Amino acid sequence: MQFEKNHDGPIEHSLEIALETIEGLLHDRYPLSRRAVGLLLLQEDHEIHEMVKESQPTIIDGIEKIISGVKAHYAYPIEYEIALRRRDEVERIINRVVKVVKEEAQGIAEKVSALMMNPIAGFPLLFLILYFGLYKFVGVFGAGTVVGYIEETYDSHLNPLLVKIFSSFIPWRILQDLLVGEYGILTLGLRYAVALILPIVTFFFLVFSVIEDTGYLPRLAMLIDRTFKKIGLSGRAVIPMVLGFGCATMATLVTRTLPTKRERLIATMLLALAVPCSAQLGVILALLGSHPMAMVLWAGIIMMVFLFIGFLTAKVLPGERPSFYIEIPPLRMPHLGNIFTKTYVRVKWYFMEILPLFLLASFLIWLGKLTRLFDFLIFLFTKPVAMIGLPKEAAKAFLFGFFRRDYGAAGLYDLHKNGLLTGDQLLVACVALTLFLPCIAQFLINLRQRGWKTGVGISLFTLVVAFAVAFMVNLALNKLGISL
Amino acid sequence: MERKERVEELLESLWIITVEGQKDKSDFSLLKDDEAIKDLINMGYVLVKENQLGLTEAGKMEAQKCIRRHRLAERLMTDVFVEKSKLIHETSCKFEHLLHKDLEKSICTLLGHPKTCPHGKPIPPGSCCRGASKEYLKKIIMSLAELEIKKKGKVAYLQTGNRDVLQKMIAMGVLPKTEILLLQKFPSYVIQMGKSQFAIDKEMASQIYVRQV
Repeated sequence: MQFEKNHDGPIEHSLEIALETIEGLLHDRYPLSRRAVGLLLLQEDHEIHEMVKESQPTIIDGIEKIISGVKAHYAYPIEYEIALRRRDEVERIINRVVKVVKEEAQGIAEKVSALMMNPIAGFPLLFLILYFGLYKFVGVFGAGTVVGYIEETYDSHLNPLLVKIFSSFIPWRILQDLLVGEYGILTLGLRYAVALILPIVTFFFLVFSVIEDTGYLPRLAMLIDRTFKKIGLSGRAVIPMVLGFGCATMATLVTRTLPTKRERLIATMLLALAVPCSAQLGVILALLGSHPMAMVLWAGIIMMVFLFIGFLTAKVLPGERPSFYIEIPPLRMPHLGNIFTKTYVRVKWYFMEILPLFLLASFLIWLGKLTRLFDFLIFLFTKPVAMIGLPKEAAKAFLFGFFRRDYGAAGLYDLHKNGLLTGDQLLVACVALTLFLPCIAQFLINLRQRGWKTGVGISLFTLVVAFAVAFMVNLALNKLGISL
Repeated sequence: MERKERVEELLESLWIITVEGQKDKSDFSLLKDDEAIKDLINMGYVLVKENQLGLTEAGKMEAQKCIRRHRLAERLMTDVFVEKSKLIHETSCKFEHLLHKDLEKSICTLLGHPKTCPHGKPIPPGSCCRGASKEYLKKIIMSLAELEIKKKGKVAYLQTGNRDVLQKMIAMGVLPKTEILLLQKFPSYVIQMGKSQFAIDKEMASQIYVRQV
């Protein structure tokens, strides 16, 4: 588009003249047209500036001088001036070619949309979506029924076959253990990834894609923004947080979409601390199913820790308050083809990211067993575990909780089945385990994305918070004489 | 000071002494040779009787308008520009002479038809105030945060020093002259422009100033 050349000021400061001067300096080997490059330079686009600096180092000073000359002439940044002119041009074209037909009356979609954004109707609706979408479909059906069936098949058919094959080919016991032992790469790592995580995550992505395609997420972001501001996040962080209920590791990967480093750090930390993933959630819900009061308390405590720690972190971490805006698209009926494509692409991406980490975890367990490091770590855990009033057998559950979050919970489940835990202990154990260390996959992603100092720091922090909160809960239950 | 400004200042002084001070006339021995007085007499605004000055009916009407402009200017300086008190009088003295006819009405409306100046003296009502129904008495420029739900506003200006926020506004198409319909205020602000809806937080809403339409 052309800008007006007539201009109330020095003519070389008019946008059009400045643009033409810059265009004259640029060579034509950029992937964008010279005018586009010039426009982006005028708007001080960092990437384009670096690109031109690299490609034509001799002219960049001259361009900077032109830009600062133009900038001095306007009170607002140049992108604003350009946006004004662009808008006028768009309006001019639209007025010539678009005929506005009288607007239709409010349809059903608008009414549902208004309900979703209404603070009174919105939260019960959110609860319904979480209950049916996440709990019933992903948790009970996906993580329960389907996973149960697949794991059973895997255990009864595939694993014995693998054990048989590898035992006959490989004579060394140690190597056999590594591949097909109790915690072997094939028998545990691969099985865990394929038989457990894959179906759960597929179900989760299916629901997530449906929710996403209806246009519900921006409405949720809009509802939650005010609350999230208090913990240093904006409504946009709702997407990684909801994903965290599927798989916190994947959610941590998604935190890179958040705009500032501060928000990414807070979100990563809260995901590591207080957002239980679907695998863990499934076992914990089963564990507390017989104690409804304990389940309510557990949810309340975890939510409080989430908000309280978030609030403190937002206070402590320097940086600007995030500002929030999000487009609210019209509600749509999701398109089945789109949902399957999206789910497939995501599951594939996720699986490729996660699979190596699970194999690595199996390897580390094998190594830990072999070197007796595990026995030592379990010994280290016995003291804090005793302090929060749990039997010492629970220490093993905690250690394994690091390798697979639900594995720890499953360890508790065994204890519970053997009648070793009271209702109080069950609550304390579930609280501690939910807040406890992120799983190893999430830990490795934290290291990769936030650097090893922050990654280790977050893990130590969650460890301390988990035991401190569990300790207080245990103390409170004892002092108040409550037995669940 | 220009002659015309001097004339207006004198009219204002006479108004304060004779109308607000409720005296018929004012001693004018000091101003005997002032050119502006001669102008006022020639224009038929002022009468001289026994060394005393008095406003004619036409003079009173003119003086009232000058006083009104002066005090509106003072209001504008304090309410909108948040000028420091020391400068109010001085700046207003210059500014009032620029406020004519339509501009005066607009500013009166913008300020919500104030009845007194910042010093508590009455502002003579103008035609806009007399015709002002309750609807008309509302501020005409306000931030989106002050706009009522289901009301439309046309963006007047964006008041933000934060470039990131400004870029977000540009991305949404919130620019001067854009028409915005406010749909919701809690828990976030929901605005509609054309066919698009956006949710924004309160901070951003209070940086967008609109003229209610």
